[in-house]
Amino acid sequence: MDQKPFSPEDMSRRRKRSIALALVLFGLVVLFFVTTIVRLGGDVAMRSF
Amino acid sequence: MSDIHADISDRSTALGGVGSVGDYWTLLKPRVMSLVIFTALSGLVAASSDIHPWLALVALLAIAVGAGAAGALNMWYDADIDALMARTANRPVPRGAILPGEALGFGLALAVGSVVVLGLLVNIVAAALLAFTIFFYIVIYTMWLKRSTPQNIVIGGAAGAFPPMIGWAAATGSVTLASIALFLIIFIWTPPHFWALALFRENDYARANVPMLPNVAGAGETRRQILLYSLILVPVTFLPSLLGTSGLLYTIVTALLGAAFLWHAVDVYRLREGDAARRACRRLFGFSILYLFAIFALIIAERILGVAPFAPVIG
Repeated sequence: MDQKPFSPEDMSRRRKRSIALALVLFGLVVLFFVTTIVRLGGDVAMRSF
Repeated sequence: MSDIHADISDRSTALGGVGSVGDYWTLLKPRVMSLVIFTALSGLVAASSDIHPWLALVALLAIAVGAGAAGALNMWYDADIDALMARTANRPVPRGAILPGEALGFGLALAVGSVVVLGLLVNIVAAALLAFTIFFYIVIYTMWLKRSTPQNIVIGGAAGAFPPMIGWAAATGSVTLASIALFLIIFIWTPPHFWALALFRENDYARANVPMLPNVAGAGETRRQILLYSLILVPVTFLPSLLGTSGLLYTIVTALLGAAFLWHAVDVYRLREGDAARRACRRLFGFSILYLFAIFALIIAERILGVAPFAPVIG
């Protein structure tokens, strides 16, 4: 299959996509962190397991 | 389906990777997603549980992403017929901006991700319902019913009706009669809504060979069915009052809106020729969106305003 070289516009779109993906991944990290805190509740360190 | 996918891949003459963020956003069907978020929120609020607001937010996010995944998978599978209809020809896959394989991978990743997040962070019942909804929309509706029967919208409408049930399950971890009532409202609302659209977009569906009721059974039969479903829909909207989910404000406003819905449906049944008939279909289609939005907004408004729900008569 012939692969045309990416044009500057293509590269710009790819760059923006990569940034969007990075933001989504960062958002997921925050989501899981906050949810863990909410699920565990307060005084986590003081609990007996 | 495979022909158009090969054709799109050839036309793109690239290995993909040129779709913009906006193209991927379009794959999620953001307008459908917004209605899904809204009805799921309504289910969450109506359940009156003490779910933590953050977990409610996570549930809504997962449901929204799940709906978006279903939209992306639908656009992957339907690229051939989308290319033939004016309303959908400019979607990213038929336009060649996103390759079919990219849309498929994107949709699958989001579908699995949203179900796993909902299951791990909220509860398993809600996650199972979300997974079933995505399966139903893609396999039962998109792959099977849409191209094979004019009843496609009737049965396929179930996929769009699940979000308030998922919201309810996210809040309570269960499925109850009250949440099934919210499901039924959207389920019965879907046929008159889509058939009104199909009546003034009849040529579009015919060109794409999609067996919508107007081009299979005729416009007259479609008008009759719209009226029948509308007559069933209006009583069904009172179920939340009978099941103790909603109160006086909901009941009164829903009664008025139901009368207006029936008025529009009768207009569609009565006016059969020319511009007046087309306008009646457009009016019903437009009003049906407002109607559904208002019903679910009323459920949320009653909770915010502290309107007491009626004591349950059934259930």
